[in-house]
This record gives sequence, C-alpha cells and structure tokens, in this order.
Amino acid sequence: MQVKRGLFSAFATGLLFGLGLCISQMIDPAKVINFLDLAGNWDPSLALVMGAALGLNFFATKVILKRPAPLFSDVFRLPTKQEIDRKLIAGSALFGIGWGLAGYCPGPALTSLSFVNFDILLLVGAYVLGTGLGVLINKSWKDQKADKAEAVF
Amino acid sequence: MENFTPVSALVGGALIGLSAALLLFLKGRIAGISGIVRGIIIPEQGDFLWRLVFLAGLIAGGVLYQLAGGDVAHIQAVVDKPLIVLGGLIVGIGTTLGSGCTSGHGVCGIARMSPRSIAATLTFMATGVITVFIVRHIIGG
Repeated sequence: MQVKRGLFSAFATGLLFGLGLCISQMIDPAKVINFLDLAGNWDPSLALVMGAALGLNFFATKVILKRPAPLFSDVFRLPTKQEIDRKLIAGSALFGIGWGLAGYCPGPALTSLSFVNFDILLLVGAYVLGTGLGVLINKSWKDQKADKAEAVF
Repeated sequence: MENFTPVSALVGGALIGLSAALLLFLKGRIAGISGIVRGIIIPEQGDFLWRLVFLAGLIAGGVLYQLAGGDVAHIQAVVDKPLIVLGGLIVGIGTTLGSGCTSGHGVCGIARMSPRSIAATLTFMATGVITVFIVRHIIGG
C-alpha cells in the first residue's frame, strides 16, 4: 500500500511540476535566454518563478523536516555532503554554459517531450548521453582521488 | 522588459514549489530533475520505479497544460541543431558532475540552506549569463 501511495505521490508531484514549468513559460527557451541576457532586452520573469518556488518550498521544508518521517516512506533521503569541492563548481559552471547555449535545463527539456519535435528529441538525447558521460567522468574522478589517497599512505 | 509576465511566473513558480514540498512531505525525496533522471539512466534496485513515474507525471503535466488550452505552438528552439546537441550534452555532463540543476540546487537545496546548493546556483547562473552575453553580444553582435 505504501509503495502504491509513494508512486501516486511521484506521479502527482511530477504532474504539478510539469504544469508549473508550462504555466511559468520556462519551457520556452527564448524566455529563458531573455532572462539570462542582462545586457539585452532583459525579462525578469524567471527570477519570479525561482523566487515563488523557492520561497514556498523554503517555509514548507522547515515545517516538513520537523516531522520524524515522510507520510508514505520511512526516512527523508537528503544529500548529506556539505563540502564545496571543485567538482561541484566545475560541474555547475558547465551546466550554466549548456543552459545559456540552448536555453534548456533538465526539467523543461523533459516536460517538452509532451509536444515532441525533432529538436526536442535531439536535445533530450544529447542530455541523456551527457548524463551517461558525466557518470563515467564521476567514476574516473573518484578513482583518481582513491589513487591519490593511496599514494599518501 | 515588454516580455515580462509576472503573474504566470508567480503562479507557475508556486506550483513548482508546491510540487517540491509535496514530494518531500509524502515521499521524503528531493525534486531535483537531473538527479531523478540520473537514477533512471543508471538504475539502482528498489529506487527506480518512482523516478520513472515522476517523469511520466512531468510529461503528463505538459499534456494537461495543452489540453487545458495552453499554447505551445510558438515555442521553438532558439539555436541551430549543432548547438542544441552541444547544449544538451553539456547540461547532462555538468548536472551530473555538479550533482544537480535548477530544481535540485536552486529550488530544493537553497530551501534547506545547503552551502553546496547556494554555491552551485550562483555558479550556473553566472556562467549562464556570461554564455548568453558572449553568444548574443560578442559573437552575435
């Protein structure tokens, strides 16, 4: 029963998320790029999208995390890492470059599969391939770290 | 600023925030799209199906928007195919190395005041702005 409720929650929250991306027009890459274009015809809409989403989630998260556990699961699964490392910054810097180039971050790219055309397929295909490459790079990064750690001892 | 659409931005943003809050409240998970997708591409046992169902919901949200009369006909890629591929590829690599994207870091991580997410969001916003500046005003200008 808990599994079914969990899956229903996943579908419902996915649907809300996709709807929010559509209503806010974040699925329009022209609008995203106009937000990033501070020196051009700047469109601040996306700042309000982020502001509303973050503002609501900020207060909700405070209340929710006071509970011992989520409603349909045993534990909250949150990232525990605190350290700001080079991989985080390098990866995020790369992500921003890709976002600025095509105007798509992952959420809008995937939601756009609902009116799929060849460009969207290309984009999502490249994104999936990039994620696979990222996983491989992640592994070799970890191996290098392990080698270095070994060299110390 | 004639393209500014504050009402739809606030309403859509609130729905995104509500979605993230509900996923945490109901299932205890972070609504980080790139992280959810990564777990579909590289699946772990017992931690796969909900991700697929979330993704189906995300696409269903787009379908529902169109059924309700939302217009997507005007939406098209703003760059040529090689740049679309390059952009998608870099977003995939970057979000994997950087452990998150606009949603996971920007909406969920900052909400928990995670220093990593604050650093990541500042970084990708900055390189996004710089990239658009170079493409539009230096190369394109």
